Amino acid sequence: MTLHPILAALKKHKAGVTLITLQIALTLAIVCNAVFIIGQRVDRINRPSGIDENNLFLVTQSWVGAPTGDDEGSIDKLDSMQQADVATLRNLPDVESAIAVNTLPLVNSTWSTGISLKPDQQRSTAQAALYFGTEQMVPTLGLKLVAGRNFTSAEIGHMGFRGHNKPPVIIVTKALGDKLFPKGDALGKTVYIDRNPTTIVGIVERMQVPSVNSWANSWFWNSVLIPTRLDAGFSRYAVRAKPGRLDAAMREAPKALYASNPMRVIETGAKFEDKSVHSFAEIRRYAYRADRGMAVLMGVICLILLCVTGAGIVGLTSFWVGQRRKQIGIRRALGATQVDILRYFQTENLMIAGVGVVLGAILAVGLNLWLMKQFQMDRMSITYVLVGVVVLLVLGQGAVFAPARRASKVSPVEATRSV
Amino acid sequence: MFAYYLDLALRSLKRMKALTGLLILTIGFGVPASMTTWSVFGGVAGDPIPWKSSKLYVPQIDAWGPTVQKNNPDPEKGPPDALTYGDAVGLMRDHRGKLQSAMYMLSPSVVPAKVGEHPFNTMGHAVFSEFFPMVDVPFKYGSGWSAADDESRAQVAVISSKVNRRVFGGGDSVGKTINIDGHDYRVVGVMGEWNPQPRFYDVVNTGGFLSQDEGVLLPFNTTIAADMSNDGNTNCSEAPKETGFVGLQRSSCIWIEYMVQLDSAADAQRFKDYLEGFARQRYPGWAPNVRLRGLMAWLDHEHVVPPDTRISLYVALGLLLVCLVNTAGLLLAKFLRRSSEIGVRRALGASRREIYTQFLIEAGMVGLAGGALGLLLTWLGIVGVGWVLPRDIADLARLDVSLFATTLAVAIVATMLAGLYPTMRAAAVQPAWQLKSN
Repeated sequence: MTLHPILAALKKHKAGVTLITLQIALTLAIVCNAVFIIGQRVDRINRPSGIDENNLFLVTQSWVGAPTGDDEGSIDKLDSMQQADVATLRNLPDVESAIAVNTLPLVNSTWSTGISLKPDQQRSTAQAALYFGTEQMVPTLGLKLVAGRNFTSAEIGHMGFRGHNKPPVIIVTKALGDKLFPKGDALGKTVYIDRNPTTIVGIVERMQVPSVNSWANSWFWNSVLIPTRLDAGFSRYAVRAKPGRLDAAMREAPKALYASNPMRVIETGAKFEDKSVHSFAEIRRYAYRADRGMAVLMGVICLILLCVTGAGIVGLTSFWVGQRRKQIGIRRALGATQVDILRYFQTENLMIAGVGVVLGAILAVGLNLWLMKQFQMDRMSITYVLVGVVVLLVLGQGAVFAPARRASKVSPVEATRSV
Repeated sequence: MFAYYLDLALRSLKRMKALTGLLILTIGFGVPASMTTWSVFGGVAGDPIPWKSSKLYVPQIDAWGPTVQKNNPDPEKGPPDALTYGDAVGLMRDHRGKLQSAMYMLSPSVVPAKVGEHPFNTMGHAVFSEFFPMVDVPFKYGSGWSAADDESRAQVAVISSKVNRRVFGGGDSVGKTINIDGHDYRVVGVMGEWNPQPRFYDVVNTGGFLSQDEGVLLPFNTTIAADMSNDGNTNCSEAPKETGFVGLQRSSCIWIEYMVQLDSAADAQRFKDYLEGFARQRYPGWAPNVRLRGLMAWLDHEHVVPPDTRISLYVALGLLLVCLVNTAGLLLAKFLRRSSEIGVRRALGASRREIYTQFLIEAGMVGLAGGALGLLLTWLGIVGVGWVLPRDIADLARLDVSLFATTLAVAIVATMLAGLYPTMRAAAVQPAWQLKSN
């Protein structure tokens, strides 16, 4: 079949053709970028935190009228209160282990600092988040030690919440170690935190920083374990329940803590923000709520867009079929088969959609470049555009099928009728 | 004539059911998707205190100097977005604005009076007495405290209605005693419902949007004296030399927000000059680097509108555009199919203008029908947005009469706009040609 008659017919419908081409182009541009955003969010949501999240929960509490934590005596008092709480939690029948931590991955509350290779470096070599805890941190959180050793109990110190952080030894993530020492020989090296020297004694495979906000994106895997208990008027306890006993342990924990000391706050509201005992699954869901929301929103918009564009193609093609009944009749009378008519409309749609997707591909890349500039988004891989092109071509063919079939059913007799 | 055209439009809509259905669905989905995101965006980017925002300013002072500024990723190298304790107290002492307050965020625990009830956490701010008239805090009972209370470090508190209900069971609690973080305070005021979004006086610590409302407001000097430490951001260019909260107060760390009311541009200029002099005196080591931003410019500077919300808005506007193009195409099909009808009307004496009116009314009718479906879907969208977006943001999207009216208006106007070209084509139909071909 030659394309000439199709082109000639399309010339008579310039406005309709332009509109549908424009629509296909816009749809492709928006859908590609929206799906790209969805893909990025899903990647973010699915990245592993590096800790064993099963059966883990976090208790955040604060003491009422606690010592200030500004002088030695009150720091010691806070420290013993914290250790008493850890002991209370460990003694629960459904609890396997419990530790005091300053924060956890995905919890968002972050203590970050620069790590330097020299004591008087102007600009630090790497930014990292600090996790304060004891030698129990590695086993309780299920961190995987890939080189070196864990802290020993002799290395564990304690300090006030605003004290000077001078750990003798630290454990770093592999990502941070490689950033500081690109040759991969970070173990045993000395680095500087706030101008104080410290030695890397262990390397863990992976541990995400607490913040999921964009400001932490560039140092997302840079975590440091500090062998120090932090003492403040509030505390966080990471508790690992015995397998299958998570719910029971989460119920018991606040009761046991209240029983040991009632002058404290453990919120028990229904919503995430209104309670202070959270399973790690809840923490993960909450941390990525905005990303999940964005992905859902983009998905809904894509779906609506594709439906609208499909509907537009159906509508316009139906109109053209209606207008050309007589011509179709003539062609049929002159010997064209039903398949020929079907092919005609499908080829016509392919041509319109073909121009549309070429325009759309250019628009999609342009839109991505603009989003990169405006919102620091990443560059979209060309695969998204290619898949989008295929999807829209298939959508066009699918949408045109019903009206085209109706056209192919037009009887040759129509040629003899005047209207 | 209008009624006649309405009748014609109705008949036409009924005649081409499939095409009409597609049109209504297009409008019905496109408009609410855009309106829902628009309402969220409007909530985020809106002016939290429109009657006063032009008079409120946030001063910034560079307390760190050019060596630290070298590492500042901000190309403008502006001063940090909070003040040191020393700077904030100095500005308060000089008292050059009409109203002003330094403030810092608290997250104290409140001990209920009733025996056997557990203490609970709340959030709040340590502020000065002028904070209340400056940001127009609404009061249900009582009022803020006085400047004399600031001076004397009085143990007074303003509490929210929610805290009032939880501690005292509601009612006029002015004069009662409330235990906050183990200290007793006399309640001087109970706020009315007050939850401004964004939390414009302290976007640095709140991130702008909070579902939790302001539970307690305490006098700044009192909380400093009581060692009640700050919650939220503390930013240090170097570690404090001394430990503890007192060490923080003597350090160059920034953790205090500041807002000042200046009634005229001249006042603002005077304050800016004063600020430069202040910085020169405090930091003789480097040229003063200060800013005095108006509230809305400040919110913009702090990127209070999350980028996700903006992206969603653009995508939703793109969707609306596609829907418009689609509507234009479908209306073109619908109108041109009736070329012979138009030919007859024209031959019988209808002018071009009358054809215009007829088809624009028909487009408007389609818009109305689509808008009606759109209302339903906007309602679903607003309900659904709470599931999709974080609650603190989603709460901003409110179902109200104005949103409904806007949805309907947008649907009708958009459809009529999309109908302009098809109508033009319909009006251009040559009557003779149509009659001949029949």
